[in-house]
Formats: sequence, structure tokens, C-alpha cells
Amino acid sequence: MSAESAAEHVHVHEPPSSFIRRWIFSTDHKVVGIQYWILALVAAFVGMWLSVVFRLHLANEGTIAQLNNQLSALAPDSAQAQALTEQIKALQAKWFVLTPEKYLSYLTMHGTILVFMVLTTAPMGGFGNYFLPIQIGALDMAFPRLNMLSIWLTILSFITLMAAFFVPGGPPNSGWTGYPPLSAIPAAQGKGYEGPGGYGQDLWVLSIAIFCFASLVGAINFIVTTLDLRTKGMTMLRMPLTCWAWFVTAILSLLSFAVLLVAGLLLLLDRNAGTSFFIPGDLFFNKPLVDHRGGSPILFQHLFWFFGHPEVYIAIVPGMGLVSHLLSTFARKPVFGYAAMVFAIFGIGIVGFFVWGHHMFQSGMSPYVAVAFSVMTMVVGVPSAIKTFNWLGTLWGGNIRFTSPMLYALGFVSLFVTGGIGGIFLGQNAVDIYFHDTYFVVGHFHLIMGVAAIFAMFAGTAFWFPKMFGRMMNEPLGKIHFWITFAGVNVIFITMHLMGLEGHPRRYSGFNYDFLSSNYMVTCHKIVTHTAILTATTQLLLLVNIVYSLFAGPKATDNPWEATSLEWAIPSPPPFENFKGGHVPEVHHGPYEFSVPGAAKDYIMQQEPPEARPATAPSAH
Amino acid sequence: MTPLLFVGMIGALVALTLYFFATKAPILPPLISEHGQLIDDQIYLTLIITGAIFAIAQLGLAFLVYKYRHREGAKATYLLGSHKLEYTWSAATLVLFVGLNLMGQKVWAEMHLNEHPKPAIEVEVTGLQFKWYIRYPGKDGVFGRRDVNMINDAEGNFLGLDKTDPKGADDIVMGSLTVPVGVPVVMKIGSRDVIHNFGVRELRVKQDAVPGLAVYIPFKATQTGSYEVACMELCGYGHYQMRSQLNVVTMAEYTKFLADNAP
Ligand code: HEM
Ligand SMILES: [Cu+2]
Ligand SMILES: [Cu+2]
Repeated sequence: MSAESAAEHVHVHEPPSSFIRRWIFSTDHKVVGIQYWILALVAAFVGMWLSVVFRLHLANEGTIAQLNNQLSALAPDSAQAQALTEQIKALQAKWFVLTPEKYLSYLTMHGTILVFMVLTTAPMGGFGNYFLPIQIGALDMAFPRLNMLSIWLTILSFITLMAAFFVPGGPPNSGWTGYPPLSAIPAAQGKGYEGPGGYGQDLWVLSIAIFCFASLVGAINFIVTTLDLRTKGMTMLRMPLTCWAWFVTAILSLLSFAVLLVAGLLLLLDRNAGTSFFIPGDLFFNKPLVDHRGGSPILFQHLFWFFGHPEVYIAIVPGMGLVSHLLSTFARKPVFGYAAMVFAIFGIGIVGFFVWGHHMFQSGMSPYVAVAFSVMTMVVGVPSAIKTFNWLGTLWGGNIRFTSPMLYALGFVSLFVTGGIGGIFLGQNAVDIYFHDTYFVVGHFHLIMGVAAIFAMFAGTAFWFPKMFGRMMNEPLGKIHFWITFAGVNVIFITMHLMGLEGHPRRYSGFNYDFLSSNYMVTCHKIVTHTAILTATTQLLLLVNIVYSLFAGPKATDNPWEATSLEWAIPSPPPFENFKGGHVPEVHHGPYEFSVPGAAKDYIMQQEPPEARPATAPSAH
Repeated sequence: MTPLLFVGMIGALVALTLYFFATKAPILPPLISEHGQLIDDQIYLTLIITGAIFAIAQLGLAFLVYKYRHREGAKATYLLGSHKLEYTWSAATLVLFVGLNLMGQKVWAEMHLNEHPKPAIEVEVTGLQFKWYIRYPGKDGVFGRRDVNMINDAEGNFLGLDKTDPKGADDIVMGSLTVPVGVPVVMKIGSRDVIHNFGVRELRVKQDAVPGLAVYIPFKATQTGSYEVACMELCGYGHYQMRSQLNVVTMAEYTKFLADNAP
């Protein structure tokens, strides 16, 4: 629909008068976006503090192992030995000491909460929902009711996941990857997980299935909105890179969550309906398992990682889009290689569907296929390298303003590089023989997927807060938060790489090995735990900043960052219908017209008249 | 202030990371297998290449941030990109990444694709919650039949050996793996319940033990000694204590070991 006809015929809805329809069960994309954002914030804090608890457990166990080593060198009844024994007893009585089952439960919930409820909600459902329609000049998403459905299904999924804490036996202990047979056979998870105790795993699978469904609905909405609701003049190649990133992410979601949904449903059937999709014959758990045969545990891994690798891109691609946008905005320069960036996002999206086997090099799958997956994995490194190159190119010759969103964006680039380095090791099938399932993997994926994506969320929050809530966030607080968090996560996850170099296995709750109870390993564990506590506590600064700024931040102008995209052409916060009276402006410029030679100011907004851009300036899009 | 801090932070990141990797990396656990040399070479090569990429990219970022910080009256250049640079850069990384990867395929082929050396000592490695059992075929060189219905943990028949099968009469089952030095060994790795992973750091061997599947892994140990075997795939609450031992001994000791433990 063109802008003129929109202006003439659109009848703008009044906001619903009932509080519930306006703010709770709302179809307004802005409200849905904020709901996703709040969900992610809540989930992030739950998941993060879970990790602090099991990190405390690990450092403590490490100390106990060290003391035990000293003890074994002493005469059993010497006074020194008795003192040590007392000390060990005291440590074993600490509140954060976990049973091995609980350790793995918390670990499983930490991973599941963060991957699904944080990394897959805020970047897309949160910021995407709020800003995609505005940036392309639409009054709402294409299917507002489906949008409401997808947020409420996601909330239901989160509640279902949390319910696992409250059933007998507690949450499952099969890891966020939930490999069968461990996840498929209640007896495999130990006493307390059979009978009613197994509900934790059922709830986990159910929660993920609901989440998949919500994501599929959301993905369709994003794709249709991007293709159909752009305002006049907003060609695909005039879309900000954020919109491209959301668009590609939606396609990835559509193709991958459908597969995870199937894997989850089959697993649920294996657990509860006596099927054997993933359970082979001749298993033994206390007694021969007679009623299952013919399934394949490796089939589940293929389905899971067919989703799982694209999932890491679902988490990071919106961040890539936002960071490109911010580097350009705050360096006051066009994005270096806009078209290359679009190609790279698509390249990552497409090639990313052919690399899932790199999670399975040592799984027993065909070693011939492993070679192909390994080569493809190295190929997907190329678009990642293009993006990094172009980010540096965007800074080149810039006039950089160091606002807190810009700092978070620069942190993202640095973290992406550091994390990507680990991928060059793990993507090689031969090298992965040594590093598979060590802390090296944990360090790698936390940096590149976890922390980098979280930094993009910090950046998005700091950048768009003025638009969403009409007030600026506090800059000094934001900067302090950035410095401590950036230093902290590097210390934590680079230390984990070093532990992986020594071969430390992941998902271990204790130190029953000589090489684990060495002073070196225990020191590493302590460094990680202490830094994790500091970094987690620092996140309270973010919370304080949000709450304080919500009520007492300085009032934001329409365009406080002097940015170009359409959300900055409307009031902060935007009116219910986004564009006053439903009059969507026509777009005349590309998204990154900064420092155009001869222009009156150093940015040209997308809706400014064509004359704002001097005819003599080199042409962009 | 902020750009300087940023440079300092990135400088510290690069300096500390390179320092720790340079001083820690040469102490990957001692290597005790023949194929492991190829893996280690590949790891070190990758360390050097990625170390350079890491330093150049991070320091480049810090340099640009500092050089192009906002100053009074400064103006950004209107620069849209360069196709030529883009192509060059993509081609260079493609060649580098894929080339590096192909260099590692020799050891992969040796372990997984080529025919395994013959003759070799064959052992069967079975994981179960939360122990490893190793079976030797005994004098006849043939493994006896196994049947899940004959498993009896209380009587010590963890693998379900069929006592009526004459081929199995001389099979030896142990809780740790003992092999002679300098002789090719092929492990047949499996599981009787969930997925485990047989991993020995010093051997540079790591392989999932999957129920319903047999995977064969060859190695030749080059040094006598005792090494810890760890389970490297989450297998339940006892995952972290699923520990066993690899004993690499001389041929004479190995012969004696078999004789001592023969049923
Ligand atoms: C240069 C590009 C990348 C390469 C070559 C790469 C390679 C790998 C490989 C081979 C593994 C499996 C290691 C193993 O278990 O033995 C892995 C694990 C992982 N990677 Fe990456 N990766 C890359 C980028 C990413 C990105 C962008 C993300 C996230 C946004 C990511 C997230 C993860 C996660 C979550 C795991 C852990 C899987 C588990 O639970 O075992 N990776 N990566
Ligand atoms: Cu992957
Ligand atoms: Cu195990």
C-alpha cells in the first residue's frame, strides 16, 4: 500500500480503553515487544544466578579436593590432619553445596533458560517486534493477534519450564541438549526421576515444544511484515541492517524450530507412549529394558543440531544487524559495504544450515560425513570474517561518539572476534578430537553466542530506551556497567579456554581426577567463580539504571542520537498508532546517510525530502 | 578518556591472552600416542594462525577507535565500501580456513577412514552408568556372545557374557584398560545404557560410546605409564566420577597381565 493511499484510507484504531487489552493481552506490537524484553530480563537474572550457585559449588569442591590432597600426605592422626578434616567438614556444610543431581539440574536449567528464554526472545521478539514495523514505516505487524499469541505462548513456555523446579525430583539433569537415552528413559536419570520424579524432563520437553510453536508463529509474522508492509520508498535495499537481520532470523526460525518441534514431540512419545524413535534395543537399567528397540540416539542429535546450529545464528544475527547500525550511527559514517553485509547475513543463514554435524564429530556418525561438515564449517567462517572486516571498515575514517550503546557495540565486535577464534579450532574435525566436550567449548560458545548476543541486547536497550520510554538512561552508570562486564566476561571465558587446553571435561560436578584437583585447575576454577560473582553483581547496576531512568531519567527528544531511521522521526515514546494519525511518511534516502558531503548537517533522515541530499554527493543506494 | 580506556582494555586483553596461551599451550598434557603428534601439530599450527588473527583484529579495533575518536571540528569521510577489498578479503579467508582444515584430514583418515592396522590387539570397551569395563578376547582371539538378559551386576556379569558359549570361556573382563607399548590396538567402543564417551587426554582419543552402535578406534601407545580415563559425554549424575585407568606396559608385562587374569 502506498503512503498516499495509506494516508487517505487507513482508519486509525483508537487504543483499547480497557487496561487489560491495552497493556496485558495487547495486540500492539510495541507492548508485545516490551513484554518480550521484560521476559528476557527476568529470565536472564534467573539463569545467571543459577550459574552463580553452581559456580560457588565448583570453587568450593575444588578447595575441598585440594585439602584432601594435602590430607593424604599427612599422618592420619596428626593434629594437622585433624584440623584439615574439620576444615573440610565445614566446607562440605556450606549452603551452596549441591548433590550431583542438583548440580546437573541447575546446569540444565541455566542453559535452557538462557538459550531459549533470553537469546531467542529479546533480540527478535523484543526489539524486533517493537522496531521492525516502525523502521519500515508500518502501523503494526502484519498479524497483530498472532503476535499476541506468540508472546503469550512464550510466557506459557517459560512458566512450564519453571514448573520443573516444583515437581518431585526437580528439573531434568540431561543438559540443555537433552540427548536420549538419558533424557528418554526416566530410570537413566537416577533414583527420584522415575515415576512422578520424571515430570521435570516432561515439562522441559513440553516447554520447548510450546516455545517452538510460538517461534514459528512469530517468524511468519516477521517475514510477512517485512515483505508486505514497507512504506512507499522503503525498498528492500533501503532497509536498515537491523530489519535485514530480523528478516533472515525469521527465515532461520521458520526452518529450524519446525525440526526441533518434531524432535521434542518424538522424545515426548518415547518417554510416555512407549515408542522407540531414539531408544535402541538391548539396553539395561537395573533390568533389561524389554519394551524398547529399534531407535537411534544419533537421529535425535541430527534433529537437535539441525535446529541447534541455526539457533546460534538466531541468537546472534539480530545482534550483528544492530551492531552494524550502531557503529554507523555513532561513527557518523555509512555502513562499510552495505550490500556485502546483506550478502554475508544471507550467507551465514544459508551455509549455517549445512554445518550442524560439527557438534557430532565424535558422536559415532559417519566419519566421511564429518569431513564434509568440517569443510562447510570453515566456509561459514568467511561471511563471519566479512562482517568483522566491514565493522572495522565502518569505523575507519569516522568521527566516533562514545555513548554507552556505542561502547556495548564495540564490545560486541571484540567478543565476536575472541569467540570466533575458538570456532576455528572446534570446526576442524581432527582438532575437535582433543577439544570436544571440554571447557574450551564452553568458553567458545559463551563468548560468541552468549555474551556477544547479550552485549547486543545491552546496546539495544541503551540505544532504544529513550524511544521506548521517553527518557534517557544514565550514561556514567551505563559505562561503568560496560567496563566491569566486558573485563569480567573476558576473564571468565578465556580462563575456561585455558582449562579446556588442559582437557577439563565439561558438565562435571566434582574433582574425582588427579588432573582436575591440581592446583592449576582449582586456581582456574576459583578465578572463574570469583569473577562470575563480581560480574553477576554488576548486572544489578543495569537494573538500577533501568528503574532509575524509567522514573527520573532526563526527558528524551525525538532524535537524541541524531540517527536516520524512521523510529527517530516520531515522538518518544511513540503514539499508539506509531505515526501520528496513521500518516506514514514516504522514504527518500538510504538508511545510513551520515556525513554526506555538502549536506547541511551530518545526517539525513530517511523521510527527509530528496533535496536534503545535495545532487553533487556520490550516490549511495 | 573513554577511547584511551578502550585501548588499554583491549591492549590488556591481547597481551594477557597471548601470554597465557603462549606459556600454557606448550603444556598440553604429555603425548603418548603415535597419531597424537599429528593432532598436536595441527593444534599448534591453529594456535599460531589464530593468535595472529586475534591480535591483528583486536589491536586494529583499538587503533581505529582511538584514531577516529570524536574531536572538535572533525568530520567523518563519506565512504561506502570497496568491492575489490571485499572480494580479496573473502578469498583470502576462504583459502586460509579451508586450507588449514584440509591439513588436518590426514590424522582423521588414519583414525576413521583408512583400514585399521593389522595385526592389532582387539579390546572391547563398554561404558555403563558409571563405570568402564574392558574385555579381552583371550587366547582364542575371539569374543564370546553377549546377551542383555544375562547381565547380572550382583554376580559381576556386567556385560552379560553368555557362559555357555565356548568362545567366551577365556574372555577377560577388567575395570581398566591395559595395553602394551608400541603395538597397534583397536578398541571396539560401546555402551549398555546411555551415551558415554571414552576419553584419554594423553592418548588424544575421544569417542562417544553409543548404545546399539560399535565404533572402532585404533591407537598405538608410545610411552609406558598410567593415565586417567574420563567419561566425556554427559551420562547422568555420576558422570563426573566415571573414571578408569589406562595402563601402558611393556610386552612382557602385558603377557603376564593376560596370564594372571585368565579365568
Ligand atoms: C566461526 C564460526 C564458528 C565455528 C567455526 C564454530 C564451531 C563450533 C563447533 C565445531 C562446535 C562444537 C564443538 C564440540 O562440541 O566439540 C561449537 C560449539 C558451539 N558453538 Fe560454535 N562455531 C562458530 C560460531 C558460533 C556462533 C556464531 C555461535 C553462537 C551464536 C556458536 C555457538 C556455539 C554453541 C552454543 C556451541 C556449544 C554446543 C554444545 O553444547 O556442545 N558458535 N562451535
Ligand atoms: Cu554449530
Ligand atoms: Cu559416562
